[in-house]
Amino acid sequence: MALLQISEPGESTAPHQHQLAAGIDLGTTNSLVASVRSGVAETLPDLEGRHLLPSVVRYRADGAAVVGHDALTAAIGDPLNTIASVKRLMGRGVEDVKRIGEYLPYEFVPGSSGMPLLHTVAGDVSPVEVSAEILRLLKARAEETLGGELSGVVVTVPAYFDDAQRQATKDAGRLAGLNILRLLNEPTAAAVAYGLDKGSEGVIAIYDLGGGTFDISILRLNKGVFEVMSTAGDTALGGDDVDRLVADWIMQQSGMGSDAGHVDMRRLMQTARTAKEALSTVDSTGIELVRDDNAGWSGELSREQFNALIAPLVDRTLGPCRRALRDAGIRASDVQSVVMVGGSTRVPLVRERVAAFFDAEPMVDIDPDKVVAVGAAIQADILAGNKPDDEMLLLDVIPLSLGIETMGGLTEKIIHRNTTIPTARAQEFTTFKDGQTAMSVHVVQGERELVEDCRSLARFELRDIPPMVAGGARIKVTFQVDADGLLNVTAEEQTQGVTSSIEVKPSYGLSDRAIETMLRESMETAAADRDARRLREEQVDADRVLEALHSALAADGEELLQAAERKAIDAAAKQLDEQRQGNDYRAIKRAIEAVEKASSTYVERRMNSSIRKAMAGHKVDEFNSP
Amino acid sequence: MAITLTTAAAERVRAFIDKRGDGVGLRLAVKTTGCSGMAYVMEFADQVDDDDVVFEDQGIKVLINPKSLVYLDGTELDYAKEGLNEGFKFNNPNVKDMCGCGESFNV
Repeated sequence: MALLQISEPGESTAPHQHQLAAGIDLGTTNSLVASVRSGVAETLPDLEGRHLLPSVVRYRADGAAVVGHDALTAAIGDPLNTIASVKRLMGRGVEDVKRIGEYLPYEFVPGSSGMPLLHTVAGDVSPVEVSAEILRLLKARAEETLGGELSGVVVTVPAYFDDAQRQATKDAGRLAGLNILRLLNEPTAAAVAYGLDKGSEGVIAIYDLGGGTFDISILRLNKGVFEVMSTAGDTALGGDDVDRLVADWIMQQSGMGSDAGHVDMRRLMQTARTAKEALSTVDSTGIELVRDDNAGWSGELSREQFNALIAPLVDRTLGPCRRALRDAGIRASDVQSVVMVGGSTRVPLVRERVAAFFDAEPMVDIDPDKVVAVGAAIQADILAGNKPDDEMLLLDVIPLSLGIETMGGLTEKIIHRNTTIPTARAQEFTTFKDGQTAMSVHVVQGERELVEDCRSLARFELRDIPPMVAGGARIKVTFQVDADGLLNVTAEEQTQGVTSSIEVKPSYGLSDRAIETMLRESMETAAADRDARRLREEQVDADRVLEALHSALAADGEELLQAAERKAIDAAAKQLDEQRQGNDYRAIKRAIEAVEKASSTYVERRMNSSIRKAMAGHKVDEFNSP
Repeated sequence: MAITLTTAAAERVRAFIDKRGDGVGLRLAVKTTGCSGMAYVMEFADQVDDDDVVFEDQGIKVLINPKSLVYLDGTELDYAKEGLNEGFKFNNPNVKDMCGCGESFNV
């Protein structure tokens, strides 16, 4: 017999038509699944009443995958085949993994398309496949709990996840047999959880310090509508780093070298984590470290010592907080409430520093580990069609500007960062040379003026452009970002309607620094970037002038110019060519002007001559006829 | 004529109404739909309608339209756990036949 849930008045669905939906928080350390039942969004526990599922997957020799607590327990004994914190590897390239991998006791093998694979006894697995195992287990738990097949889920991702990482997450969902209704930014989900339950209004900051990532988001809540004003963060900062600091301290104190074996390292990390968690409630904790060779060590870590260890790390979260406030155009005092998300916000020092920074007592009513999953479940319930559509409109933003490369390696931004999504913007471009029939479209992401400083997302070509004079063709480039933050770029030649497009697929070779420092760099290098842009613009202009001049001289230079005149033009052109190689944009500009001046008589003569040619053989009458 | 709640069901209904913040009670009904003819409806009630029949058990008001009462009379509402799944269950003496999953029934 089916078990029933209570509905809102007038919203009972026909039997077998209630859409089962769930929200999944796919975390670095732990994952959760939540659903709305009888009007209440709750995380769903397993048979033993545990809500958190450790994001740990262990591969066995028979090819089977064990997920969660059992895998975590086995981690100490079988570190090479037990994958934890896989979220850090999602959508990452081999290069990044080398850096992150220093602390991860796994064996990496380069896979195709630059995606790193993890070597296990069950074969090589990709981060996407490992994540899919976690999702598969949460799906099974939800379907068993809700008594039916899930029609759709909302999976949360850090606001800072870029296209490659979002796509990798979607791929993992598809692999697990889930219908992903939408990817939702974690902080936005947290706001949904609090906003709807309390009906609060105003500006709120979501401070999310999870296991592996830090996010700060500034949201405006108004009449049930959330608007994300800005986001900032650090893709490589979280509770794992706290563990590492404590582990480093233990290593220092105990004289344990970094050459210790996998098993010892794993045990050390677990000891460090236990000490950290204890220090959230007690003032001092004992530490016992047992090593493989039975050489033990024991010590004592006080909250004070712990605070001193992690203070620089906690302070590192405040930089992005300042940046987010600046982007939103508000001051810390404008923030009415601060929502704490992520297990690491249980650390007392974190709460103190955040409270001091925003001068507001942070909100901790909803379990910081569960709040994201709860918000995702509420959103999933709406998207699955169990609530009226106008219930809640969620606006999200893109974290970095999207644009294309133009002549001279300059970035032309088409969609600026912090634009709400879904969105579509179009801009017209033209050809640079006479008779140009193809155009290469290079899609980039970032804030810098030069393409080389931005992240390359994709390249494609628009061919079969009808031959026209330079600047004659009209090519409309459209950028479309869907609700998940995934990009589609189309180029269309307006006169003939030739089109070409690309869906931005993950380019897994993502540099770790890219997202993390791009924004800061763009601030620091604003002046240099401006000069670089001016220089490139003048250089492009110089090329255009020289190209036009040379083709004109080749056509009728002999005929229209006297030797002395020709000499003056050539000298000016030579001067421009020399300046063009230099770095002084002002000098180039002056040289261009000199060329234009030297050739002004010549240009005039060309004009007259072409008019004469056009009228040659015709009578004046013909031009006067109506 | 009566509708009753088990202790477990009463506690859960009270908890859900508290969490929702408002509502006068629980509305039960049947509607003619589904693969076996009729289906249960269970909703939060914001007001008592004129022709509602109201039962009260363990402090929980149960509102039923007279038309539905014919099919529900004598029902005991229970709250059950089956593995990971949990929810409300109608122990309805009027039921002759159910669809496979029990979401709809026949009298």
